[in-house]
Amino acid sequence: MIPALAQFRVEVSGVGLTQLPIALVPFKGQESSPQKISDIVQADLERSGQFRGVDASGQALDEASRPDLSLWRQRTADSLVAGSVTRLADGRFDVRFRLWDVVKGQDLGGQSYTVPQGDLRLASHRIADYVYEKLTGEKGIFSTRIAYVTKGGSRYSLWVADADGENAQAALASPEPIISPCWSSNGQQLAYVSFESRKPVVYVHNVATGQRRLLANFKGSNSAPAWAPDGNSLAVTLSRDGGSQLFSIPASGGEPRRLTQSSSIDTEPVYSADGSTIYFVSDRGGAPQIYKMSAGGGSPTRVTFSGTYNISPSVSGDGRWLAYISRVGGAFKLHVMELATGNVSAITDTSADESPSFAPNSKLIVYATQLQGREALMTTTLDGKIKARLAGQAGDIREPDWGPFQKQ
Amino acid sequence: MLKRTLYSLAIVALIAGCSSGTKLNETPVTDRSGTAGGQQGASTVAPVTIDPTAGTAQGPVGVERIVYFDYDSYTVKPEFQSLIDGHARFLKANPQRRISIEGHTDERGGREYNLALGQKRSEAVRRALTLLGVNDNQIEAVSFGKEKPAVTGSGEEVWAQNRRAEIRYTR
Repeated sequence: MIPALAQFRVEVSGVGLTQLPIALVPFKGQESSPQKISDIVQADLERSGQFRGVDASGQALDEASRPDLSLWRQRTADSLVAGSVTRLADGRFDVRFRLWDVVKGQDLGGQSYTVPQGDLRLASHRIADYVYEKLTGEKGIFSTRIAYVTKGGSRYSLWVADADGENAQAALASPEPIISPCWSSNGQQLAYVSFESRKPVVYVHNVATGQRRLLANFKGSNSAPAWAPDGNSLAVTLSRDGGSQLFSIPASGGEPRRLTQSSSIDTEPVYSADGSTIYFVSDRGGAPQIYKMSAGGGSPTRVTFSGTYNISPSVSGDGRWLAYISRVGGAFKLHVMELATGNVSAITDTSADESPSFAPNSKLIVYATQLQGREALMTTTLDGKIKARLAGQAGDIREPDWGPFQKQ
Repeated sequence: MLKRTLYSLAIVALIAGCSSGTKLNETPVTDRSGTAGGQQGASTVAPVTIDPTAGTAQGPVGVERIVYFDYDSYTVKPEFQSLIDGHARFLKANPQRRISIEGHTDERGGREYNLALGQKRSEAVRRALTLLGVNDNQIEAVSFGKEKPAVTGSGEEVWAQNRRAEIRYTR
């Protein structure tokens, strides 16, 4: 067990094989800032499973300092981050930082951001992204957002939160269920299923403005929206012709085009990142399994072969991995398949896993599950070794969808 | 009946100048304000609130309106035939009336897949009604999947009460 940072409710469990030791000196001025920048950055990095915080107490440094790196070598840090946060006359904040490679004695550069108070956490996540990319060579996902749904009493809410689960803001509150939120590839819009008119109907919703419009409200049920990566259309499940079948609808609305022709259930479409392929769930073989077909329709090929209940596919952005839920005995468990080999691993110890969704860097999966009888959102590495519980609302929490990289 | 609370976002293009009096060594700290929410509230979300929708119209008096299904079954059992007959007679006699058939499942399994299974239940009831001559225009078959259990909890007794299709008169 890695010690939790209580103030952020980051609960990381599992064994990381190699964790880079990093020292994050409290940012100059952060004691009077609404957000403790260095704590947020450290929690982000530790949640990835690839970093371990090193004691940075008793040191006063900022991005303009020339730190004595031999001291940090003694403290066993491989890298060091220091910075400052300053309130400007107009109420905004100036956040700056610098990263050093302690082992090589190198300055790895830094950045500054001038942000309103509401974006101090975003600036902190940007710092974590910078550090993560410099030290691992992979893009960080800390400044991305996650959408999810909560149920409290008879109230359903759709939330948009930072990738650590904090800073949750309600995009929609409704007396009827909301399911299947799905981010557009530009990270500005959510498609989802709302039952507010006492039937499932698909909306597209701009989260910054609150503007929403009906995308699919045909006779029968309308569900399971999935954005095509180019943002021009969505795949949905409609029952308007009888049964549950896949259709493609222009994002601007309009006439759906049918993609599957079966007398079975075809649902839960997701696009591959290159937009060429749709993965979906069908019971055409007698039990729900995951299939794939060309994004324009055509004859499907089966992808999952073990087990009799495989649902909720999610494909990684690099196209290498398929995450899905498989029923094993009476338990529903998150599985990951390496698409090139078909090798499958179950990567959780829980038994009510739902709705996996890949982080845009393909390194983490967020999913809903139950821990000690309580609903929770978790992130996991693809090997299942590092898991973290996301901070979030009390009560029933479900249906996470991990948003794309934010515009650079 | 949608009440929109739109927090107007003054999108001020902020000139993100580092008013830099700070002496930085070696590599300069790069100003990335434009990307990290240099605009006002890049991470701000505008909340929307939905009000409850209207209620339900009266159907035939003395006729039950819930059809229960066996586990993993999507066929209407013979014991519900008189219920189906009652609604079919009423709908044929009142062609201006409309129903929504709401299919439901128990809590086990995925939300979207259960939505599709609930749809099979509502469509089974629709077929039973149209077989008796009810006009398809009077019927909409929809599904709530596992989202609206009649009874909360777990176990076969609870699940059996949740595997159902409810007939609701909308007009």
